[in-house]
Amino acid sequence: MASLELQGLYRAFGPVVALAGIDLSLESGEFVSLLGPSGCGKTTALRLVAGFDRPDAGRIVVEGKDITNVSPSKRDMGMVFQAYSLFPNMTAEQNVEYGLKIRKQPKAERRKRVSELLELVGLSDAGKRYAHQLSGGMQQPVALARALAIEPRVLLLDEPLSALDAKVRVQLREEIRRIQLELGITTLYVTHDQEEALSISDRVAVLHDGRIDQIGTPPEMYGNPATPFVAEFIGTMNRLVSKVASDGVVDYEGRLLRVDAARGLPIGERVLLLVRPETVTIAPVGDGPASEGAFVAEVVSHIFLGSVTRVRVEAPDGGHGLTGDVPPAQAKSLAIGSRVTASFPPESARLLSLAEQPEPAAGDPDDH
Amino acid sequence: MRKPRIAPSAVVWLLIGGVYFMLPLLATFLFSIKDAQTGKCCSLSAYSFILHDPHFWKTIKLSFRLSLETIVVGLLLFVPTLYWVHLKLPRLRPVIGFLALVPFVVPPIILVVGLLQFFKHDVHAPFWFLGKPDFFLVGAYVILAFPYIYFSLDAGFRSIDVHTLTEASQSLGAGWPTTLGRVILPNIRVAALAGAFLTLAIVMGEFTIASLSAFDTFPTYIQYINETQAYPAAAVTLMSFGITWAAMLSLLLIGRRGGQRTVRVGIGR
Repeated sequence: MASLELQGLYRAFGPVVALAGIDLSLESGEFVSLLGPSGCGKTTALRLVAGFDRPDAGRIVVEGKDITNVSPSKRDMGMVFQAYSLFPNMTAEQNVEYGLKIRKQPKAERRKRVSELLELVGLSDAGKRYAHQLSGGMQQPVALARALAIEPRVLLLDEPLSALDAKVRVQLREEIRRIQLELGITTLYVTHDQEEALSISDRVAVLHDGRIDQIGTPPEMYGNPATPFVAEFIGTMNRLVSKVASDGVVDYEGRLLRVDAARGLPIGERVLLLVRPETVTIAPVGDGPASEGAFVAEVVSHIFLGSVTRVRVEAPDGGHGLTGDVPPAQAKSLAIGSRVTASFPPESARLLSLAEQPEPAAGDPDDH
Repeated sequence: MRKPRIAPSAVVWLLIGGVYFMLPLLATFLFSIKDAQTGKCCSLSAYSFILHDPHFWKTIKLSFRLSLETIVVGLLLFVPTLYWVHLKLPRLRPVIGFLALVPFVVPPIILVVGLLQFFKHDVHAPFWFLGKPDFFLVGAYVILAFPYIYFSLDAGFRSIDVHTLTEASQSLGAGWPTTLGRVILPNIRVAALAGAFLTLAIVMGEFTIASLSAFDTFPTYIQYINETQAYPAAAVTLMSFGITWAAMLSLLLIGRRGGQRTVRVGIGR
């Protein structure tokens, strides 16, 4: 039995449809992220699950029981908010103890649980401090401990790291995942940060205009995007609007490219060719014979990203272009303005049919 | 570290302000310590007269009681109302803000005449309501105190993230009364106290409504003394002033203590 099920959840605010009937099922102990841009409906979905808002249609089922109309205080769901939400009039310990007091647990048990949880989040020494005496990076773990104190059936996290700086964010997301695995708690996590979602989730659901575009494991989402939006949203992607020219070959602006995924597709069908930058090979012209279908282009920009340098190459006439990730040492031999060849292995590219899609903007990769 | 330098012009203005403020008090004090028989300095007979006057104690007790009742009724009425408005009906805030200005615009004399006309002649309110200060006067004083309580509480509610705190409390299993009592109220405590002390100061000094509705409160006692006893009038005026200042000082002290723990919560929505 699924631990949490969202069945056809629909919510509109006046003429704006925030959720257009989403279905999602979380197994017990599973960590699922709702990923999407601002306004896609992910926070609305989480608020419906928490009970702070009611759906116009659809059901929320927890462990087989319909809780759609149950008040938030009776749902047994722990929630960590985007905003710092510790009660300012209470110390960290008192914050964690709050839910247990509401449940009228004996004092000795409460104290024991509070101390265990503060230890779990690595803040045993901060128990006597008030919220304003804690940094943001300490407040959110205390909020997590507070949410876990009541032993919730489902843990809900609403972009809990978005107000923190990058380094703390990375540390904390790993902490959240460690704690979630240790406790085996079913978790629904909302974020707009694809790196965050991919790094800690068992499965990721990408929301777009109130609908779930795709649900899958992080490698599936990254390697096999089901829609142009998912391809655009997750990772950086070269998107080349092409046509199937023959079996296993596509025509991109007059250039024939060998693509394994094009095998068996009807000739003439419009397709979106998706190529990850890390699969692109860029080499100076003259470094051996150019591979079949290789672009001959000029280097137009370098972006240093630490472990790789992102190199943008474009045809001299300003037409087609590709972005590739190369080791920084290699990037030194690819001076801006120099002529290079750019290619990708036929098996690495993905294809999406555009037969029923509006024509997307092609060419530039999307950096997220 | 260099000490901040105070500009000479600021010192001059401070001195002028100080003299403007202190001179009438000093004159009143000097007048109040004149001997009732000889008219010469210095005697505490005026203060002794006031402190030995049972009417003084009766009226000051009544005014204190009315202040406390007004504070209790005002806070019971406005804290849940403003909490709900901030949480669920934020669009009503300007409307309530406008209504809160009405007692500033309508003079107390108009208010009391209107109230008496309405309750005595229009609805024929019973004696227990019209004849007892705890009902009629407290009702009128809650209206008078509305702007002070409203603006204090509004500032308090705006300084916290009402939505997030409420939702956090609810997700942990708390109902509305627990959330209001254990989470929201403690975090707007300073604002509620500010409203309470301002109300205390207003009620302790309110003369028009009490006098016109024929109640014998501390301000009407001051007026009576003022008309009949020159030196005790000055003494009672200073005592009244002292009571108000003591209330303000308590507010300042409590506010400072509470302020050390008061922080802005959340990042808005």
